[in-house]
Amino acid sequence: MQRAAALVQRAYRPRTPCPWSRCQSSAAAEASAVLKMRPERSQRERILTLESMNPQVKAVEYAVRGPIVLKAGEIEMELRRGIKKPFTEVIRANIGDAHAMGQQPITFLRQVMALCTYPNLLDSPSFPEDAKKRARRILQACGGNSLGSYSASQGVNCIREDVAAYITRRDGVPADPDNIYLTTGASDGITTILKILVSGGGKSRTGVMIPIPQYPLYSAVISELDAVQVNYYLDEENCWALNVNELRRALREAKEHCDPKVLCIINPGNPTGQVQSRKCIEDVIHFAWEEKLFLLADEVYQDNVYSLDCRFHSFKKVLYEMGPEYSSNVELASFHSTSKGYMGECGYRGGYMEVINLHPEIKGQLVKLLSVRLCPPVSGQAAMDIVVNPPVPGEESFEQFSREKESVLGNLAKKAKLTEDLFNQVPGIHCNPLQGAMYAFPRIFIPTKAMEAAQAHKMAPDMFYCMKLLEETGICVVPGSGFGQREGTYHFRMTILPPVEKLKTVLEKVKDFHINFLEKYA
Amino acid sequence: MAARAGGHSQAAMNGMKEKVLTLDTMNPCVRRVEYAVRGPIVLRALELEQDLRQGVKKPFTEIIHANLGDAQAMGQKTITFFRQVLALCVHPDLLNSPHFPEDTKRRAERILQACGGHSLGAYTFSAGIRLFREDVAQYIEQRDGGIPSDPNNIFLSTGASDAIMTVLKLLVAGEGRSRTGVLIPIPQYPLYSAVLAEFNAVQVDYYLDEDRAWALDIAELQRALHEARGHCTPRALCIINPGNPTGQVQTRECIEAVIRFAFEERLFLLADEVYQDNVYADGSRFHSFKKVLMEMGPPYSTQQELASFHSISKGYMGECGFRGGYVEVVNMDPKVQQQMQKLMSVRLCPPVPGQAVLSMVVSPPAPSDPSFEQFQAERQAVLAELAAKAKLTEQVFNEAPGIRCNPVQGAMYSFPRVQLPARAVQRAQELGLAPDMFFCLRLLEETGICVVPGSGFGQREGTYHFRMTILPPMEKLRPLLEKLSQFHAKFTRDFS
Repeated sequence: MQRAAALVQRAYRPRTPCPWSRCQSSAAAEASAVLKMRPERSQRERILTLESMNPQVKAVEYAVRGPIVLKAGEIEMELRRGIKKPFTEVIRANIGDAHAMGQQPITFLRQVMALCTYPNLLDSPSFPEDAKKRARRILQACGGNSLGSYSASQGVNCIREDVAAYITRRDGVPADPDNIYLTTGASDGITTILKILVSGGGKSRTGVMIPIPQYPLYSAVISELDAVQVNYYLDEENCWALNVNELRRALREAKEHCDPKVLCIINPGNPTGQVQSRKCIEDVIHFAWEEKLFLLADEVYQDNVYSLDCRFHSFKKVLYEMGPEYSSNVELASFHSTSKGYMGECGYRGGYMEVINLHPEIKGQLVKLLSVRLCPPVSGQAAMDIVVNPPVPGEESFEQFSREKESVLGNLAKKAKLTEDLFNQVPGIHCNPLQGAMYAFPRIFIPTKAMEAAQAHKMAPDMFYCMKLLEETGICVVPGSGFGQREGTYHFRMTILPPVEKLKTVLEKVKDFHINFLEKYA
Repeated sequence: MAARAGGHSQAAMNGMKEKVLTLDTMNPCVRRVEYAVRGPIVLRALELEQDLRQGVKKPFTEIIHANLGDAQAMGQKTITFFRQVLALCVHPDLLNSPHFPEDTKRRAERILQACGGHSLGAYTFSAGIRLFREDVAQYIEQRDGGIPSDPNNIFLSTGASDAIMTVLKLLVAGEGRSRTGVLIPIPQYPLYSAVLAEFNAVQVDYYLDEDRAWALDIAELQRALHEARGHCTPRALCIINPGNPTGQVQTRECIEAVIRFAFEERLFLLADEVYQDNVYADGSRFHSFKKVLMEMGPPYSTQQELASFHSISKGYMGECGFRGGYVEVVNMDPKVQQQMQKLMSVRLCPPVPGQAVLSMVVSPPAPSDPSFEQFQAERQAVLAELAAKAKLTEQVFNEAPGIRCNPVQGAMYSFPRVQLPARAVQRAQELGLAPDMFFCLRLLEETGICVVPGSGFGQREGTYHFRMTILPPMEKLRPLLEKLSQFHAKFTRDFS
């Protein structure tokens, strides 16, 4: 404190003129002279190197855009240069990007967005009234009636109200707009909440419980924040069900070396696609209540439920229906996004989080932290508004909207079944039911000889498998090691997003590759 | 856990369950973060706006948000070409409409072809769409008189703030005396202090010279650096040019001197150049750090590490809400550059509409294009008006006794110094407020004008300032400036 004060005081003493310019030019001259004499030694060490950089950043990994995807990019470049390959295109089945794989945007959504972007179009007869009404409402709530103004850091007010109304309708439980925060995709909200939660040091460092397999945003953020990752394993034998005993086991072990405070659930699951039963959600909530854990419910695939036996139950709804002991006490953050569902508007980076039972001072801290980045992209907020406030029966656009939505979702359901069925026909591949989300996460049998080959290449066995798959078929999927899996098991994650005919071809190719792989390494 | 049982015993006594997440258990670095531009005074302004809406009588009829550099919120018009192209990209059915000029359609098709599935809704590469990175590189080359720019060194971002955070994040390492220190100007744009607090890096202040129009003094950099070395390891030097909040445009000589200093002292340079299109004063010109660096030749041009930032939020565009920007890195270690790319990949990609707007900002209509005339006219109008408002602001403030405003050479703000009577300072202290916060709160309550106190940006001890944008509509600006000056006079009288 004294040193700091001294530093501050010294700042205000008048400076005697420093022979800076003299020193500086002679130093520069000297530097130049030295460099000229020894050019081979002239490259001095950089300030920012692998050694000197932030070690937490170095530890971060994100398999969805990791080494195999970089390799896919290289192969694409080679194809463009005319190099011959056993295939004519790379199929990017690594990322949940529906539009990139040919899914069409929802017309109504794009109409409203176009009207907001270029309001002159409000005079055009080619846009339906219901789209114009929505656009006007959004624009009126924007500074200068423009998407180009910053919004409040928590998001445009009326959009937050619309989100709250959507949640209320969805759950039959009231939602407060004050608890809604619009975000730059769901990833942004998840990162922000985790950031606020992480504290302590050594044995009291915050532990964050995450499912294995997980969407690797979680492990990446945990790495970056230098928090402690606490793995709980989903049960592959049981359609990737969440077992509370396993949660207990993970928590108990974690308490030895950290302070577990957070429990993350992804429902419907990524990469696993399971849709948790209501009972399971109740058990998880009870566990979180009992063990005083902050719950993060990643629900971005809430519109992607295919299995007829499954239904999406929001954590918020179940929490409230469990009664006041839970609903007044359990701290919960639920996340949604414009990137998935039937919309697939990944590029807009739209999302929201609803926070429940957060301390009012924490909510203040949250807004403060968000304010440094000013606001989420307003066009993404507008997209989110249309998602939560779609055409209703009686409105002009309702019919087309419903058709398009059903078409996308029906298509995805069909592809989910197709994928599951085809994979399960292949010897050495077992694929759990794709109850929801957008991915297959089949388990693959890797023969011993292939494991040895993988080791020789210094690769995880499933990375080796996926690399070979990529090189021989052009199909890019992500090895299970990027998501986490029980030791000794191997998987890959493939999206179900290519158009049906292409998907069938892709699945056939994977099947052929797999059979050859088994033979080659028998 | 025992560690958590301590806090909030009041809550426990009330029979409420203690929360997992409280001020005591939260991330202490986040707790230290402050961001004055949207801080307490703005919260108060919002409350007052709410009061007005509910019909509560006030000495004013509206709140003037002169706290935030948001041009369109203050009525600045959008650039027609940008919004036409973007609308075509959003809803490609419009490509069949006769109401859009040919060049907007060509441009939209160019953009859509570069997008996955021909849609703005697809994710892009984490560094941004390759074509746009090439566009940015070309823009930089043209701007800098032909000095080459490599698209591989360009990373698109969610506004400049995002890229600044990413670069700073890479630089933060070490502990205790080896903890990364970052030199920032005082006064500064408080993103820097906020990010450094969040990352638990060491903020090292260097003071701009108010008596010389906020000039950057190398001797002062030297002083700050030397003292910082006692308690941290300074690794980076941040410059904002044109300045925010101060509006000064650095001379070429100054930029050269800063580069030499950074090279000698082994500091990574961050050049925040988001106001590069906002230069008003006749004697001032924007010189990019990249250009000056390259023109200085080796060893500087081949070894000095530099990151330069730009944004679509300012300039003549004012497209703040789209969150578009980029960083150009120069002489960065290739392995670190890979790490940066990896870090960006976790957030997938910057918003694609923002990327598209950026691509147009860096490659606007050419003279031969149908949209050129209107584009030029709109652009000139915006910049001319900003220049006029800058001049007017400086003039009116300098007419007021007790207010002294340095020339607003660039950017979008005035940062005048105000004399505050001793009794006011005392009253502020009694209330636990910084004196300029007290002044600004009073100003807000009595006139509805919301500006940000200088304490939010940093200033020499014993001096007081506020930052006001020059963005209110021209016809409103003079009355506002006069109202503010009159308020200051009254304030001075009241506390004499």
